[in-house]
Amino acid sequence: MLKYIAKRTLMMIPVIIGISLIIFSIMELSPGDPVTLMLGDGASQQSITELREEMGLNDNFVVKYVRYVKNALMGDFGISYRNKVPVINEIASRFPTTLNLTFWGVLLSVVIGIPVGVISAIKQYTIIDTFSLFSALILTAMPAFWLGLMLILLFSLKLNLLPATGVDTWKHFIMPSITLAAASMATIIRMTRSTMLEVIRQDYIRTARSKGAGECRIVFKHALRNALLPIVTIIGLNFGYQLGGAIVTESVFAMPGIGTLMVAAVRTKDTPIVMASVLFVAVLAGVINLLVDVLYVYIDPRLKSEYVSSK
Amino acid sequence: MTDPKSKPRVPIKKKSQLLSIWHRFKKNKLALFGVVVLAAMLLIAVFANVIVNYERDALTQNMALRFNPPGGEHIFGTDGFGRDLFARIIFGARISLFVGVITISVSLIIGSVIGASAGYYGGKIDNILMRIMDVFLAIPQMIMAISIVAALGTGMINILIALSIAQIPRFARIVRSSILTVKYQEFIEAARACGTSNSRIIAKHILPNAIGPIIVQATLNVASTILIIAALSFVGLGIQPPTPEWGSMMADAKSQMRYHEYLIIIPGIFIALTVMSLNLIGDGLRDALDPRLKN
Repeated sequence: MLKYIAKRTLMMIPVIIGISLIIFSIMELSPGDPVTLMLGDGASQQSITELREEMGLNDNFVVKYVRYVKNALMGDFGISYRNKVPVINEIASRFPTTLNLTFWGVLLSVVIGIPVGVISAIKQYTIIDTFSLFSALILTAMPAFWLGLMLILLFSLKLNLLPATGVDTWKHFIMPSITLAAASMATIIRMTRSTMLEVIRQDYIRTARSKGAGECRIVFKHALRNALLPIVTIIGLNFGYQLGGAIVTESVFAMPGIGTLMVAAVRTKDTPIVMASVLFVAVLAGVINLLVDVLYVYIDPRLKSEYVSSK
Repeated sequence: MTDPKSKPRVPIKKKSQLLSIWHRFKKNKLALFGVVVLAAMLLIAVFANVIVNYERDALTQNMALRFNPPGGEHIFGTDGFGRDLFARIIFGARISLFVGVITISVSLIIGSVIGASAGYYGGKIDNILMRIMDVFLAIPQMIMAISIVAALGTGMINILIALSIAQIPRFARIVRSSILTVKYQEFIEAARACGTSNSRIIAKHILPNAIGPIIVQATLNVASTILIIAALSFVGLGIQPPTPEWGSMMADAKSQMRYHEYLIIIPGIFIALTVMSLNLIGDGLRDALDPRLKN
């Protein structure tokens, strides 16, 4: 068990190095010159040369990359070109908002998606099934930010029930979480429905039924547990997608998270902020996938026995 | 029959296979609905400049005509700069579909080459290529696109590059796995025994057999790409105003949403319809190409 987790964690290392290398190369390619950005247009040639030397901009790619990684490991992601504050402080102050939003988004999509999918499968071809499939169809097709705008239009501007922007109370998180959850909720509904339909036809379900097990027990104990594996995969994969969606959602609701930070930094060419925020989100997505893989072992007894016996 | 070179068996079989796929596809009413909607979108996108005048209706600002509500002379109303919303919507269809299709074609071609080489040659090449693809896949698509835009800047060509790079690993994976399923079949061995070159075997014998899942994935990816373009443009990192892109049109109208909600609602409906039609066609194709999946 521990061996599996350790192995899987070690596999993260090359991925993280790869991600940082890709992002670093992309940023190295960007045409803007940070020195002119920092000093403004009126700076003298001498001060430009001095700052370039000081920042180590004249070094070659490998030296710069190694230095960046070394500093990053110590928590130093450089200084923002615009605000002149350490990047890590910016990230740290905004990270909780993004994490919070993503957490509620994922939770909502799971808590609604799985039950709706299960009901839809049990009541296949009924009006409930048609309705949930139809909603899933619409939810996947809608742009998330449009759903957010529609929610604002209805609940903030027309009905005056919920705040449209900000993050001060739990009420501020209701509409963003729904916005973020919508698309992956739809995927989870469809996935749960189709795997449940597959599982329900299996022999062991018939056996359980013939033994007189209650319908509820059959659905949750026998069917859902076996259908869960592909569903968990989808949830894990969706997490990365939702982190991307969080960027847009934060913009719609003007939430001070990593997403709005990243978007603003791209516009102002604040490279250290862009790099650090992209790196944070990408690594977070990787960590979540790792957690999902570890979760598999608990859900799938076959995997569990494999690792327990090979100890 | 008169032509001694013709090999009647092969074309007939191909045709009947296509026909049976079409027969299965046809039974799916939702997929047919998707075809109809997509065809309508393609028509307005292709003939946009016949229907309205791009310069005059979609770009020229006229403050006297600001915020005309839908109906009357301007069927969808006018926006905050007095431009006809209908004209901007149909040119928006052209842009979204164009970017979607080009992006997917580019990433499909590059992804296929990578995936095909990895799957066909196997071993070290496979390992190296696919680990690189894994790293790319580990970065969420939207984040990847944003960081490339950060490096290259906004604008149509850069968006195309950013979105294509973000899609390549998805195709590489699917092509690779399709190839692995046919790689060891006898007809490949037969081709190799005839002395056919590797690249020819891949292009002529392997890829055609793997085409089904690739087409399905491509259709669904055009849909997701259209959503990403809209989202990127909405946050201001995609296609820039005054180009009539659906996402950036909504960003423009966001501040006046309270009084002129049609400026937000109408572009959203068009995005949703386009994406939905592509999703329905993709799902329909998947069922039609692989009858085992259906129940």
